[in-house]
Amino acid sequence: MKIRYFAWVRERVGADEETVALPDTVATAGDLIAWLSTVDDRHASAFAEPDAIRVAIDQVHVEHDEPIAGAAEIAFFPPMTGG
Amino acid sequence: MPAKPLVRVQVEDFDVAVESARLTEGRRDIGAVVAFTGLCRDEGGRLEALMLEHYPGMAEAEMTRIAEQACSRWPLSGLTVIHRFGEIRPGANIVLVVAASSHRRAAFEAADFLMDYLKTRAPFWKKEIAAGQSDGGWVAAKDADDADAARWQGADDNAPRQP
Repeated sequence: MKIRYFAWVRERVGADEETVALPDTVATAGDLIAWLSTVDDRHASAFAEPDAIRVAIDQVHVEHDEPIAGAAEIAFFPPMTGG
Repeated sequence: MPAKPLVRVQVEDFDVAVESARLTEGRRDIGAVVAFTGLCRDEGGRLEALMLEHYPGMAEAEMTRIAEQACSRWPLSGLTVIHRFGEIRPGANIVLVVAASSHRRAAFEAADFLMDYLKTRAPFWKKEIAAGQSDGGWVAAKDADDADAARWQGADDNAPRQP
């Protein structure tokens, strides 16, 4: 599955995107955040505060309890500060 | 039939007069054009520039969703939304909303709604470059912006007012 990162999440992970093979236990966006935080220290730092992370599945905002089955691209980023 | 919004995400600057004229050219039914321009501040001399990061594809898609909501909520004759990304220096433009309608209330309210939603829903992030080119860190989202956006939810008093 393709995962993309933006802003300080991208900086902490150290990559703007990566492709990961997920274990079957990962069903929702929140599960994915929990799993990513165990990958290494950089991911652990990026996902240390799950509440500060926003999620988009295939470029549409979703809540953390959204199932990720069938998604082509999942993105993680901090709350937006445009405008 | 709601107006079809024009949405652009670009590095280049925009011209408010050109964008306003685009909405009114050849029209005789428009009575109000409200243009809002958001500019980069220097924060009292502390800021050298802003680096605006965006999510290509999703930025355009989300801005279009927000703009279409405004077009179905207010009787607009036209709507243009432009957001820049990349390095933006103090005094330079960041974002533009131009709303045209037969009457002023719809144009004012639609532009206000657009800005509240753009700030909280459009995938853009600002990083500050402090004077001396040091990394000033990412701008944090403000609760006040969420509260501003929440004003438009629910209650009927926020329904479009007829002229």
